[in-house]
Amino acid sequence: MSAGPAATAGGEAVRIEGLHKSFGENKVLTGIDLAVASHEVVCLIGASGSGKSTLLRCINLLEPIDAGTVWLWGSQITGPGIDHNKVRRYIGIVFQSFNLFPHMTVLRNVTLAPAKVLGIPKGEAEEEARSLLRRFGLLDKADDYPDRLSGGQQQRVAIVRALAMKPQIMLLDEVTSALDPELVSEVLDVIRELAAGGMTMLIATHEMGFARDIARRVCFLEEGRIIEDAPPAELFSNPRDERTQRFLRRIVDAGRM
Amino acid sequence: MDDARQPEPPVDPLAGLAGASARTVGGAWQPPGTFASGGRGPKLFSAEGRRGTVISTVSTIIVLAALVAIFLLAPGAKAVEHAFFSPSHMWAAFIGNPKQGYYSVGAAIWLNIRMFVVAEIFILAFALVIALIRQSTHPALFPIRVISTGYVDFFRGVPLILVIFAIGLGVPALNLPVVSNQSNAVYGVTALVLSYSAYVSEVYRAGLNSVHQSQVAAARSLGLPHWTALRYVILPQAVRNIIPPLLNDFISLQKDTALVGILGTIEANKAADIYSEQVFNFSSFTVAAILFLILTIPLARFTDRLIERDRRRRLAGAAA
Repeated sequence: MSAGPAATAGGEAVRIEGLHKSFGENKVLTGIDLAVASHEVVCLIGASGSGKSTLLRCINLLEPIDAGTVWLWGSQITGPGIDHNKVRRYIGIVFQSFNLFPHMTVLRNVTLAPAKVLGIPKGEAEEEARSLLRRFGLLDKADDYPDRLSGGQQQRVAIVRALAMKPQIMLLDEVTSALDPELVSEVLDVIRELAAGGMTMLIATHEMGFARDIARRVCFLEEGRIIEDAPPAELFSNPRDERTQRFLRRIVDAGRM
Repeated sequence: MDDARQPEPPVDPLAGLAGASARTVGGAWQPPGTFASGGRGPKLFSAEGRRGTVISTVSTIIVLAALVAIFLLAPGAKAVEHAFFSPSHMWAAFIGNPKQGYYSVGAAIWLNIRMFVVAEIFILAFALVIALIRQSTHPALFPIRVISTGYVDFFRGVPLILVIFAIGLGVPALNLPVVSNQSNAVYGVTALVLSYSAYVSEVYRAGLNSVHQSQVAAARSLGLPHWTALRYVILPQAVRNIIPPLLNDFISLQKDTALVGILGTIEANKAADIYSEQVFNFSSFTVAAILFLILTIPLARFTDRLIERDRRRRLAGAAA
């Protein structure tokens, strides 16, 4: 991979063509084509099992893909001879279930990767971590263990942990789905702040109102394919595909939009 | 433990209640009125603590008295008491007297302790290597993966006493330089390490499997290379989960150092054996037994405490 931060000034951050992924007999992704521009926020919506999470995990190379190609700033990251760890330095991912390291304090959760992967001296890494934690209102939790934190706080720490690696792209995998309703907004606020700061983001979400607010484009996935890809105003108010209409009708009926 | 004690929700919501007279046959539902358990409930409940202590004390005394009575009433009680529990013989065996041809059991236990400590260090390291090899997925490691699996199968299947014999008699017979000129204690420890590492590697493996795959994903997604993720994220959590079973194996190892005596090494059990042969009294074995208990019981209590602490932490974590 020759591309790095220098290549991020503009243009296409992520390009995906013909991505296929199966788990055994279960075909999860059946031909995904998607491009995300730098500083663009794209939301992925769709029912559980439609392939949103798998798509994000494939971009982060956490799942080996069966067919297709992924480029980051024009450099191919799929195929043989790719240093996965190097790719992941530019892509942060946040999971539905936080996945903080339970045996480490919040501060150590955040500093581990900068210290061990980027080789940043401990003191410097801690200083940067503290300033990130301060920015997201978590500084007083720095020395706590994750199990002392609320779900919302844990998820914010997970975002900070990803940001500490200074990624150019953030992948958010249903980051509010495991939270109590009253804790959702504190996490969404953090994501809004990232969007305002120009972070390129690919967000799998069930929060339709949030997707409408934040996304430049919304992609509706069904059966491992992108059915419709449009600006939120268009997709939510005037969906063209029948399947999108059906999905959104169910969401409205459930009182979720 | 507490989780297990929670009753299954009964299919009939009233089936589990005492005084099930609340159910009427074919009639309208009647409220049960009181949930007291036949008059023995609330009043005694307040005295439960003291009452429990009294009951447990009395039952302990009865059981102990019964056991002592059985022993004392046995036809051979006097003979056994003299052969196994003679205070003067026990003291003599503990102190030892080389001029009389027997060794101090009290001094010999020191060798058991040293063998235990050395073996434990090697086992912890070697078993981890075996476990990591068996957990690896890289195709290039396939041959050593097969060898490791064979190793574990073999040493878990062969009795430890045979391994000790094989190493203790076989290796010196090979007449190799250095390797064949070691003391029997070294061969004994080698056999202990080979045998116990097979068990402990399986404990490690269980620990590694107990760490959720999402932790691996989280670590790798941050760009941590395989070994770094293993070292800082996976292993610390795995080891924490397996401390009780590990300590359990080490309690077992402490006792099994006695088996090395079959090679002629003067450890506590062998010293007791020599005493009994010289003096024709078995009280020396009682001394050895007491010394082993003094070693193992603190470790057992320590294990209990760790398990209890772990249980409380899990409950606290679940409540948070």
